[in-house]
Amino acid sequence: MAINFTVNGKAASSDAPPITPLLWVIREDLKLTGTKFGCGTGLCGACMVHIDGTRAFSCQTQMSEVAGKSVTTIEGLSPDSSHPLQKAWLAEQVPQCGYCQSGQIMSAADLLKQNPKPTRDQIIEHMSTNICRCGTYQRIVRAVERAVREA
Amino acid sequence: MTQHVTIENLTARSPRRRLLSRRQVMIGAAGLSFAIAVGVDRRAAAAVLGSERSGKALSPWVSIAPDGTITIMSPATEMGQGSLTSLPLIIAEELDADWSKVRIVTAPTIEAIYGNPGFGGMMYTAGSNAVTSYYRPLRVFGAQVRRVLVDNAAKKLGVPAEELSTEPSTVVHAKSGRKLSYGEIAAFAEVPEKPPEVKPEALKKPSEFRLIGKDVPRVDLPGKVNGSARYAIDVQVPNMLYGAVLRAPVEGSVPDKIDDAKAKVIAGAVKIVRLPYGVGVLADTPWAAFEARRALTQSVTWSRTGTAWGFDSDKGMERFAADAKDVARGATEWSKVGDPRGEMPKASSTLEAEYRCDYAYHAQMEPLNAIASVSPSGDSVEIWAGTQSQTTATEAPAKLLGIPREKVKLNDMLMGGGFGRRGNRDVDFIIDAVLLSKEAGRPVKVMWTREDDVQNGRFRPISAHYLKAGFDPSGKLAAWHHRIAVDRVGPYMDPVRYQQSGGKDFIAMLGADLRGYDVPHQLVEQLYRDTGVRTNPLRGISFTANRFATETFLDEIALKRGIDPVKFRLDLLKNAPRGVRVVERVAEMASWGKRREGRALGFAFLDYSGSQVAGIAEVSVDRRSGEIKVHNFWCTIDCGVPVQPDNVVAQTESSIVSGLGLSLTERISIKNGVVEQSNFYDYRVPRMNEVPAMHIEVIATDNHPTGVGQMATPLIAPAISSAVMQLTGVRLRHTPFTPERVKAALG
Repeated sequence: MAINFTVNGKAASSDAPPITPLLWVIREDLKLTGTKFGCGTGLCGACMVHIDGTRAFSCQTQMSEVAGKSVTTIEGLSPDSSHPLQKAWLAEQVPQCGYCQSGQIMSAADLLKQNPKPTRDQIIEHMSTNICRCGTYQRIVRAVERAVREA
Repeated sequence: MTQHVTIENLTARSPRRRLLSRRQVMIGAAGLSFAIAVGVDRRAAAAVLGSERSGKALSPWVSIAPDGTITIMSPATEMGQGSLTSLPLIIAEELDADWSKVRIVTAPTIEAIYGNPGFGGMMYTAGSNAVTSYYRPLRVFGAQVRRVLVDNAAKKLGVPAEELSTEPSTVVHAKSGRKLSYGEIAAFAEVPEKPPEVKPEALKKPSEFRLIGKDVPRVDLPGKVNGSARYAIDVQVPNMLYGAVLRAPVEGSVPDKIDDAKAKVIAGAVKIVRLPYGVGVLADTPWAAFEARRALTQSVTWSRTGTAWGFDSDKGMERFAADAKDVARGATEWSKVGDPRGEMPKASSTLEAEYRCDYAYHAQMEPLNAIASVSPSGDSVEIWAGTQSQTTATEAPAKLLGIPREKVKLNDMLMGGGFGRRGNRDVDFIIDAVLLSKEAGRPVKVMWTREDDVQNGRFRPISAHYLKAGFDPSGKLAAWHHRIAVDRVGPYMDPVRYQQSGGKDFIAMLGADLRGYDVPHQLVEQLYRDTGVRTNPLRGISFTANRFATETFLDEIALKRGIDPVKFRLDLLKNAPRGVRVVERVAEMASWGKRREGRALGFAFLDYSGSQVAGIAEVSVDRRSGEIKVHNFWCTIDCGVPVQPDNVVAQTESSIVSGLGLSLTERISIKNGVVEQSNFYDYRVPRMNEVPAMHIEVIATDNHPTGVGQMATPLIAPAISSAVMQLTGVRLRHTPFTPERVKAALG
């Protein structure tokens, strides 16, 4: 039976087995490849999306759990890279290999939604769910702080 | 910040996607050189590269369209280090191009034109040497094209070329006020048969640079904040199947009995395939491929071939250490300065020490993967992969399929991290896709899971170090002996280059010499070991192990002699003024010598392939848990001309974080020949709450640019060891300094 849900504001439907991780449906069926596969175990955050407005590891979310829900991926964060975090990410030249950065930005967007003026410690605590192997952490903090300032 | 530069081939949904296909560029560039461009093939070449967008090929590196768009080839692959921006930038500088008109195309696999001079012309991006090796040639290539444009403008305007100058993308005749844009000139330009000679003195002086040293935004970043940047794992091609591979638990084993009953009934599983080194799964979806692969794990038996069977890395380390210390045991001389064998016995006093380093894993964020499409007749293949070497990524598949290399079309994609994992001669992860595509008769995307990636990793080797220092009667360090028992890397990761280098295992041994330091008699010896474990270059290569040993030993020597460790290094660097400068500056930045409550500082210095780096770590230790916290890290780097200064800072931040992981938590262990770790819960890489505040200063000099991609990584372990010694009086000698080891050391 098809599972109906919303992705980036558009209706979507999937007949993938209900235990299939959302990640693979987003990437391979919906071709929204900005959401990445990193560890498959909810340890790295490369797969981070928003479900009903809150961040979630799409590799740990089964399709059965998203029925009727609204999923936002990096492609849906803004229509034209204009989200304050995306602008701040470029201003601070954050990405290196870039592979984890969709997940980083989605995590940060979740933080700012809950707490528009986070302290540095709150940023670090929240963002420590996400691994960046290039070690762009210091710039991520700066970018979040910039987005807070300029939003 | 505006972003004008566009990248071809790497951005899927680039709004300015050009009409020119990669195949056309490939064919065009293959036939192009200065000589050919105006020869009989000129029209053919022009037809290929002469679309309105792409414009006229003025060299294999540069073509200019009538609208002023300048296409520049980038020969290095991009794994996050920024070469995709910095190499074309070097051409654009001497070409005097308007950067906003530049579009960058990844160069096709033609070693004769685009090969890396630093690797004997192989197309290979590694060793932090892309800018170092390409800097001079790219400047000349850019200047040659500028010369051609100026000469053509001179002819058109009827003035001597000497009266012309250039502004970005414009030739100017100041006397008459006339100007011609590069686009206008390209429309009528005649390209000489031979490239014009450009003497070194005709190149720009650093003071004339408009782009180099000015921090141009990286061209690949806009696609990396909106999900549009394309990595190999994002590629889909029509009619594609998904693949996964179960590999042998022990290197060198091959599948014996395969019971595929459970695997083939998984919904979506298409076929189970015996491979020479494992068992492949073909499936309709990635999830089905992974599920079927999981179902195979207990259903395959393996041959007991390969030398790693039964290997235990803890026991292996003990043997390595015993052998290193046993100076009667045979070793190969790696490097020698002065007469160490003669001088050591004459020493008035000596000091000895031992150090150890564990296996470590790359953990690039994008698990290895590749897409291959073998033609039905098997006489050609198209590959999409993130690779550090276009050469090996095309050679190995050609060899496997028994086809000419021209029949391998490689789409080299952005890499989600490389760190040395993706440049092997055998390109394991690409071969997976080629074999399975051949079997399927369809394109196949093979993805490794993170567990595959860890357990089939190719590791920084284990090493055990024995060091001895001899002092003259005044207490001066006179003789130095360093014996390194280290698992071999070169013969495993790239037998071809290993042989070409005359059997020198550079990836295991570089960094052992005391470059920059004045120590009159030095001997470094290698105890070659082959455990059968897979090994590889890993960021910082052997500098991470060898510099941990040598810098920590120098710290011990300084303490023994009662000399401040920074002052001791400055004395040793008396003939290395660039080294002195980075050391003095970092000491100043960190307020070296200032006492801090509950924390201490540790120092390290390194000359890494010419780049001078110095670092100071500020640490505290939780004695109960054994956890080390690095609060601050100060670092200075002199890499000569910094082509992209902010990227030098970014790469240094990145190098520091890598070094932190290798120093504190990252450890691969082998039991019975099998890797014990499997994912980020037991292979712990640094997270945001574990990294120090990093304070980095680039000391710009006019020296030839040297590497920046990994230079600070080897500083971290010795700096931490030194700081922990200051704080606790205990010396840490075995990386990583895990809490258990720290607790054991503290007693």
